[in-house]
Amino acid sequence: MKILVIAEQRQGKWNNTSFETLVAAQQIAAATSGTVSAAVVGKSVAALAEELATKDVAEVLLVEHELLESYTPDGYCTGLKQVIEAATPDLVLFPHTYQVRDFAPTLAAMLGKGMVGDCVGFRNEGGKLVFVRQMFQGKTAADVTFTGAAPWFASFQSGAFRADLLTAHRSGKAPVNAAKVELKAEDIRTKPLEMFQEAKSAVDLTQAPVIVAIGRGIKAAENIVQAEALAKALGGEIAATRPICDEGWLPLERQIGSSGQTVAPKLYLALGISGAIQHVVGMKGSRTIVAVNKDQHAPIFEIADYGIVADIFEVMPALTAELQKTKG
Amino acid sequence: MDTIVCIKQVPAKDAPLAIAGNWINESDIGFEMNEPDSYALEEALQLKEKHGGKVVALSLGPECVKPTIHEALAKGADRGIHIADDHFAQLDPLGAAKVLAAVIAKEKYDLVLTGLQSDDRGFGQTGVLLAGLLNLPHATIIMQIDVQDGEMKLKRELEAGWFQWIECPLPAVLSIQSGINKVRYATMRGIIAAKKKQILTVAKESLGVTVEPTQKIEKIYVPTKTKKTEFLTGTPKEMAAKLVQKLKVERRVI
Repeated sequence: MKILVIAEQRQGKWNNTSFETLVAAQQIAAATSGTVSAAVVGKSVAALAEELATKDVAEVLLVEHELLESYTPDGYCTGLKQVIEAATPDLVLFPHTYQVRDFAPTLAAMLGKGMVGDCVGFRNEGGKLVFVRQMFQGKTAADVTFTGAAPWFASFQSGAFRADLLTAHRSGKAPVNAAKVELKAEDIRTKPLEMFQEAKSAVDLTQAPVIVAIGRGIKAAENIVQAEALAKALGGEIAATRPICDEGWLPLERQIGSSGQTVAPKLYLALGISGAIQHVVGMKGSRTIVAVNKDQHAPIFEIADYGIVADIFEVMPALTAELQKTKG
Repeated sequence: MDTIVCIKQVPAKDAPLAIAGNWINESDIGFEMNEPDSYALEEALQLKEKHGGKVVALSLGPECVKPTIHEALAKGADRGIHIADDHFAQLDPLGAAKVLAAVIAKEKYDLVLTGLQSDDRGFGQTGVLLAGLLNLPHATIIMQIDVQDGEMKLKRELEAGWFQWIECPLPAVLSIQSGINKVRYATMRGIIAAKKKQILTVAKESLGVTVEPTQKIEKIYVPTKTKKTEFLTGTPKEMAAKLVQKLKVERRVI
């Protein structure tokens, strides 16, 4: 199987999920006696292509164009369609980033194909590739296969594969070949302007050793004080899932997940959090995870080291009292 | 500013999921408007309040999606379109988008809005695919829409707390990020007004769209655990004491 990985860079910096996707590609190639190529897209990104060439890949495609300097869905779709038609891969893999979500399904559709997005794994079942993805906010997994002829398109979720397993090129370096793309300014209908961060956050959750995070189970803004008391007793920071911040109950800077912060504290206490994928990708690297939820089937328990199936409003005060007691 | 909002009906958040082959048993559970789509609907209603125009709520699915369309009408959408398809759950994202696009293409509109993704299958592809099929510009994960002189300035969310402004001409397709606005409740007056609003039903088969599946969900199942979870039991006080002990002695994290 010929696999092409579309690696992602922005302003000359890698999105690290690209390397995890390369690992996925290497593992699929190993399971199917296939080969892996990688493409880097942008303007003046030859140095990044050279870096990719030191990995165990057959070839690196350097996709450069003036009009690919800033990401636009039109530019990427038009350019990568030409690259894929010329390279004729069987499987095109992407990291499941916000950028990929913005263009990859259309790119696949332009070639008459579908895309299986946000995969967490794969299996080779007698020569047939099965992709595993989550559904129902992580409550179920699904086995998905492609129907029809290649090329097939899939993306892998951040954290699904370990970037440190990426193997180096066996004999030094893979060839870097320029892929010719033709683009006209009028192909690009949207105009990207400046990138910015909202007001610099006062709290850096990535540095917090202990995080107490709340989800929908907290029910009302006035209940947050109970979680804050617990966080204080643990010497930790309070954080939340997206719906809590969307409600305005906690500031956005305290949001953990794909659209917020990614954290890996030594202790993560999840209170009334069901464990939707968008939240879990932001905290699953935590050293110890404790989950409290009254639903014993909540997906958060799948990644928890310790689980308490109970009402958080009974557990929060009990835990705060116990911590204050042991502190003396 | 005429807007078409694509709204999906999904199993209610707290619905117990009884897995049946490659889908769930739908007979005994409640359904609701896909939460991300409710933000898209709210955005359409706010754009109408600012710039005038009409809002059409479009939904694809079996007969049971009608209450969800009614909810959109009660909140302020002007009319509804129901594309009737009893086998909707078996359509892949491209197939569903082709069906929606066939109906949208016959309508008059400036903007098509979708939620970011569905809470059931979560592919998050509908908006992006619609743009491709309708040959329109698009943008996803939108946190703000400013309309000026037939053009939009959009605030797009990137990862890790970054945002980007982009300019996008009209007509266009946008996928709306959850949290962009505060979703309204239907008022009693809105609920009464909705009774007089029209829902056009279109049979999927009448559209003449050939849908060749590009992918197949073979089966769904409860995920296999990757971590061994130790469940603590007892009264809240006992569980609290056990947990503190374990975090101190076994894990040494506090």
